[in-house]
Amino acid sequence: MSEFQENRIDRRFAKLRGEGRKALVTYIVAGDGGLDNTVPLMHQLVASGSDLIELGVPFSDPMAEGPVIQKGHERALANRVSLRKCLELVREFRQQDSETPVILMGYANPIEKMGAEPFADAACDAGVDGALTVDLPAEEAGPLSQLLAERGLRNIFLLTPTTSEERIEEITRLASGFVYYVSLKGVTGAGHLDLDSVRDNLARIRRFTDLPLCVGFGIKDGASARSVSEHGDGAVVGSVLVSAVGAAADGAAARDSIADLVDEIRTALDS
Amino acid sequence: MSDSDAIDFSAYPDAGGHFGPYGGRFVSETLISALDELQAMYTRLKDDPEFIAAFDHDLAHYVGRPSPLYLAERLTEQAGGARIWLKREDLNHTGAHKVNNTVGQALLAKHSGKSRVIAETGAGQHGVATATVAARLGLKCAVYMGAEDVKRQSPNVYRMKLLGAEVIPVESGSKTLKDAMNEAMRDWVTNVDDTFYIIGTVAGPHPYPQLVRDFNSVIGREARRQSLEEFGQLPDALVACVGGGSNAIGLFHPFLNDGGVKMYGVEAGGEGLATGHHAAPLNDGVPGILHGNRTYLMEDEDGQIIETHSVSAGLDYPGVGPEHAWLKDIGRVEYVTADDKEALDAFRTLTRTEGIIPALESSHAVAYGLKLAATMKRSQNIVVNLSGRGDKDIFTVAAIDGIEV
Repeated sequence: MSEFQENRIDRRFAKLRGEGRKALVTYIVAGDGGLDNTVPLMHQLVASGSDLIELGVPFSDPMAEGPVIQKGHERALANRVSLRKCLELVREFRQQDSETPVILMGYANPIEKMGAEPFADAACDAGVDGALTVDLPAEEAGPLSQLLAERGLRNIFLLTPTTSEERIEEITRLASGFVYYVSLKGVTGAGHLDLDSVRDNLARIRRFTDLPLCVGFGIKDGASARSVSEHGDGAVVGSVLVSAVGAAADGAAARDSIADLVDEIRTALDS
Repeated sequence: MSDSDAIDFSAYPDAGGHFGPYGGRFVSETLISALDELQAMYTRLKDDPEFIAAFDHDLAHYVGRPSPLYLAERLTEQAGGARIWLKREDLNHTGAHKVNNTVGQALLAKHSGKSRVIAETGAGQHGVATATVAARLGLKCAVYMGAEDVKRQSPNVYRMKLLGAEVIPVESGSKTLKDAMNEAMRDWVTNVDDTFYIIGTVAGPHPYPQLVRDFNSVIGREARRQSLEEFGQLPDALVACVGGGSNAIGLFHPFLNDGGVKMYGVEAGGEGLATGHHAAPLNDGVPGILHGNRTYLMEDEDGQIIETHSVSAGLDYPGVGPEHAWLKDIGRVEYVTADDKEALDAFRTLTRTEGIIPALESSHAVAYGLKLAATMKRSQNIVVNLSGRGDKDIFTVAAIDGIEV
């Protein structure tokens, strides 16, 4: 397999572009709300209009997350969810969904523990389409990115309001699938979105890459998702979903509230 | 000796902050520009004569340096071997080596023009040292401290409040030092425009392990000069406790190129290595990635960071500075342990033989120094880093003795 091999992420963005629609990327933490509930939740996300799923791999020290997603990680860890378990969940999801792209979003240490090459093999085998490893910036990501690319997986990188143009150039050279633009200075779920800054920065990034640009951090509802995606190719929604999973009494209740939230955002994005 | 004879230790870390395979910069992109800015500023200032003069001035007149190199005669007699010299970092302002680093980073903060400093703290020593320099410079100060540690270390919490700092209890994760560091990073990402993060140990992303080492290297530079003055040669061995490892690297670094000087880093053996209840990643951990660098860690089979144990809160950390990880692998420094009981025994021994109450952290170094001295000749010299004083620990020791203070 090669890095040019067609990938579900590329296919999905091509389709969305063809339809003139924006991508809705949704994030939940694997194993949050119970191990048995994760795959049904993933199917619910798709049924309600999610285009790509970012599956959070729980870590004991999720440095870039705000309080809502931190709690999601803690709940998942209480259910003893390991990286291997996350890969099993993706494999199970793939039994019924062979089209929706799944990205693993997590931290470097569980991958380091498993070993980069065994991880890359296992992720490819399970039906994962890409990885975003939060604490592997461009200067440290090389070896893992290479292994994933060789197996046809995409390497998703973050860009931020403070990323210099030299770095944008360097990172977009390594990036594939799409670019995740962090809309603000802060952690996930923060609440001080500045739309002018998002517009200007996306324009700045666009000069360096043709990859789809998705905007995340601080996207809470249909209105904010719609505003940020006007300047890019999609929106990433995480904290509100993780919050809903945390508040739900059981799996069915979690699916119901996720369905409502995603449906509202999808409608706003398509309107 | 070993392969390490061929290495010039002053050339590390490399431009990316690596010590061999360790160190580096494993952080979210959201932090990179702040680290770049800090690194550029530090690169510009570290050899600047005015900056060096300002740092030296503060160390002399505010911290009270140089700290003495004291021959502990009765302690030496008790060990029955090599002469034991104590490097008296306990006599610094605020009572530990931590202030060497906070004075240095405070100067960087001042140069950066930022109006607020933040810090993480475990036992509270680094928090106090940060609150102290913040008060002196009129900077706003917030200290993140695990909620469990806030309960265990109430005198230091009050001290920080007296100094005008806001102490923020951290309720996430295991509610200890590692979680305080996560939370301080999150604060920094959010408030990067006006905030300078003063990390307290030689861990974290590049350039922190380098600059914290450089600021603490005054310990080793003084000890080297004092050794030549006091006994006309370099010491045969150096001993220091290792949590994150800032006092140890501060003592060791100026001697690393002196191949004849043996070095021992003493990790917290807790209830014993075999029990798993300890804080000794170099002795019983594996390499991994946490808090912005690759180093030895205490973790489970899934790569999740596990809780550590030590009677001394300042050593209760699941990682260790990346330079130590590298010095272990190449064999330049030997890393050993002293368990809770050995540290407590050494605490009492030093107090009764020399009239010096050591911090429980430093007591680990004293414990190993006593053992080591006994195996050496009377003509030989050991320097033990007495990194802090034990006033803060009397409640812990009293509780172990069943006494209410």
